[in-house]
Amino acid sequence: MILGFVFTIGFWYAAVYWLPFDAFHRLPGPDEVITEWLSRDPYYGISIYTKEYYVHIIYSFYRATAAFLLATILGVPFGLLMGWSRRFYEYSFPLVEMIRPIPPLAWVPLSILMLPGVEPAVIFVTFLVAFFVTTLNTLLGVQSIDQAYFRAALCLGAGSREILYDVVIPGALPYIFTGLQISMGAAWFSLVAGEMIAAQYGLGYLIWQGYSLVKYPTIIIGMVTLGVIGYGSSAAIRYVGKRLMAWRQQELGGLGVTYEE
Amino acid sequence: MRNNGDEEAIKETTNTVLNNPDITKRGALSICNVTKIYDPEGVHVVALEGCSLDIRAGEFVAVVGPSGCGKTTLLNIIAGFDSLTHGEIRLDDELLAAPGVKPKPGPDRVVVFQHGALFPWKTVLDNVIYGPVIQKKMSREEAIETARDKLSRLGLKEIENVYPGQLSSGMQRRVEIVRALINNPLVLLLDEPFRGMDSVTKSASHEALLELYDIFHKTIYFITHDLEEAIFLSDTVVVMTTRPGKIRMTIKVDLPRPRDYRMLSTPRFLELKEMAKDAVHEEALKAFQRGERELA
Amino acid sequence: MSGINMSEDKSVTDMLVKKEISFGRRLRKNLLNPTNINGTIAIFGFFVTWHLLVVLRIPFMKHIPTPLTVLETFIDLVTQKVYWVSLWFSAKRVFYGFVAAQVLGIPLGLAMGWSRKFKYLTFPVFEVLRPIPPLAWVPVSILFWPTNELSIAFITFIGAFFTIVLNVLRGVSSIDKELYRSALSLGAKPQHIFRKIILPASIPSIATGMMVGIGITWNVVIAAEMIAGDKGIGRLTWEGYLAGDTPTIIVGMISIGFAGWISSGIVKIISDRMMPWRKLF
Repeated sequence: MILGFVFTIGFWYAAVYWLPFDAFHRLPGPDEVITEWLSRDPYYGISIYTKEYYVHIIYSFYRATAAFLLATILGVPFGLLMGWSRRFYEYSFPLVEMIRPIPPLAWVPLSILMLPGVEPAVIFVTFLVAFFVTTLNTLLGVQSIDQAYFRAALCLGAGSREILYDVVIPGALPYIFTGLQISMGAAWFSLVAGEMIAAQYGLGYLIWQGYSLVKYPTIIIGMVTLGVIGYGSSAAIRYVGKRLMAWRQQELGGLGVTYEE
Repeated sequence: MRNNGDEEAIKETTNTVLNNPDITKRGALSICNVTKIYDPEGVHVVALEGCSLDIRAGEFVAVVGPSGCGKTTLLNIIAGFDSLTHGEIRLDDELLAAPGVKPKPGPDRVVVFQHGALFPWKTVLDNVIYGPVIQKKMSREEAIETARDKLSRLGLKEIENVYPGQLSSGMQRRVEIVRALINNPLVLLLDEPFRGMDSVTKSASHEALLELYDIFHKTIYFITHDLEEAIFLSDTVVVMTTRPGKIRMTIKVDLPRPRDYRMLSTPRFLELKEMAKDAVHEEALKAFQRGERELA
Repeated sequence: MSGINMSEDKSVTDMLVKKEISFGRRLRKNLLNPTNINGTIAIFGFFVTWHLLVVLRIPFMKHIPTPLTVLETFIDLVTQKVYWVSLWFSAKRVFYGFVAAQVLGIPLGLAMGWSRKFKYLTFPVFEVLRPIPPLAWVPVSILFWPTNELSIAFITFIGAFFTIVLNVLRGVSSIDKELYRSALSLGAKPQHIFRKIILPASIPSIATGMMVGIGITWNVVIAAEMIAGDKGIGRLTWEGYLAGDTPTIIVGMISIGFAGWISSGIVKIISDRMMPWRKLF
């Protein structure tokens, strides 16, 4: 596994310095990036020792998390409601499907006009993406629940409330969590774009600035940081999901049937 | 003139009546001329046609027939998952289902499903106590005690805090039956619950079911395609035709209870099996020739 | 003597005679069902609310034009060549990026699923690069590629590439082991297994990857154009913003949405064709 990393970095190095492709020569090599990243007094201004680096990270992280949480708090109930009530679905689904195809980033200009300031606009656009993903996955989750569970609950005397808490929510949970992971990724995706287009601070901004101010290693630093944070947040969500859905782990985790006759 | 034996009998009956206030509600089903048509103005599939069947309280009825013949449809109508188009069904002389009258599914007619419907996200114990607790018929502690008692009767006590996903299908089904019975239903409806099990698990499940039946004596509507199982478990075997489903034959199983696996080789059993087999076989051929695929 | 009862054959044929339904009636039934009606009401209500909010000068809608204005602008733009040229440019970029992603991604995914060694080599790098949003690649892309076109196409490529590889990988690893074993027991050689089992069995996941990928590609191309492009529909929208021409912004958004919708439709048709034995969703 490590071999793979070494390989790639080696290739990168070779590409920038040795290969006869002009295009690669314009890029910074891994040595440049790493030395820059780890140096106490970075030439281009950003390294793990500079305060600025963390300021950008925190800005991006804050925006992404805010948008993600908002999308989850609104999206999950919305999706549950759509799966739960036929009438609500009939009214809301066409609206959702009409607005959804519009790429979130196309909303950037409009949201800058509608909302007071750039910050809310960026968060709004990020929120939008995450919201649609969450809602749709939650809806799918509800629809995926085997009808037998609903019927069994009814037989046992469950009313609407009980069915919501005891069947719909637990049943949809796996899909909801998949949706949350995807929405987290989607949130980062549109956040970066929003930052590049319109914000001050943030990793997207950092990357763009690195480009426009000819600070190339900074670009790579920004990209890699994004990658790591993105991966970390998805992993965090996965972890929470595993804890909440203990029953699944035992079922799918290879333990298989542990109790026989 | 009364003798001691009579007195004993009277005492016992009185006790039973006093301890079981619901005994007057016994779970007799009267199915009259029931017809079910899906999408009458469109595709028009006649699932059931003029089915009539009388089930006594506490009777164990096994329903057999080729795939798609309507056995499950009838179960669904009794349970309240579906409506009927013509005819009526009465439960203990009260109207249960009629055209325009669809009963709500409820704990008086609990269903045990074919592929199992134990909530995977609840432990065995939580599953079993679910019914009484949410109907507010028992407090949580009472329900747990009753559940434990019933589970241990079937030797399932150690798996209380286990999730259904970790159990074999045989155990799952038994837990599901307990979950149903704890609600003291009038009718227990089982849709091919032991389908696809290996013979060892199946025998164990049969024993468990019969044991429960002997104790609680509920009315049972049991769907299966296994003829031996049907005869072995039931008091009456009902053979249905292929679609449109009608009742072709009812066979009274007069084997003594408690049932024993040694009965499987008695001449009487084999006789009953022959009768049933001929009827079912004919219907199965008809279904096969028609290429029944849709509502199986 | 046990009882064998044969129930009477009750025939209810008069009730079961299928009624002749006129074509008009069936059409009405299919189109005017509650779902469609409620949906139309909702959409209509949406536009009415929009109009009202603008007319009533609700704060955050201050700069937003009414639906009617947007419609006017739309009709106006549709008659201008620049609109269609922009769409064409964007569509081209989407197409190149998407196709490149499939051409490179599908084999890579298959290889990763097929050879464990290969997977160990490539997967870690893949997983680290994947979370990097496509747009973060823009500067690198601009530096690297000689032309603007290629830079933008590269971004769309990135968007769809990771998706398709992941889906194909998932598809290959979920192939039932029994299929391999039966093939082996019938004497199949590795290349046979690859061609006859892996390839066909991974088609559904390829289809899924394509569907998700095309959605991402449109998203990406718009953003890339806003940042760095010229002549695309994203650029058009952005220029509308810079010029304070809000109706154009909205028209741009709607056009993009519509174009994305059509592309998804096309991909769906293709993927349905690929799998005649199974519906995709």
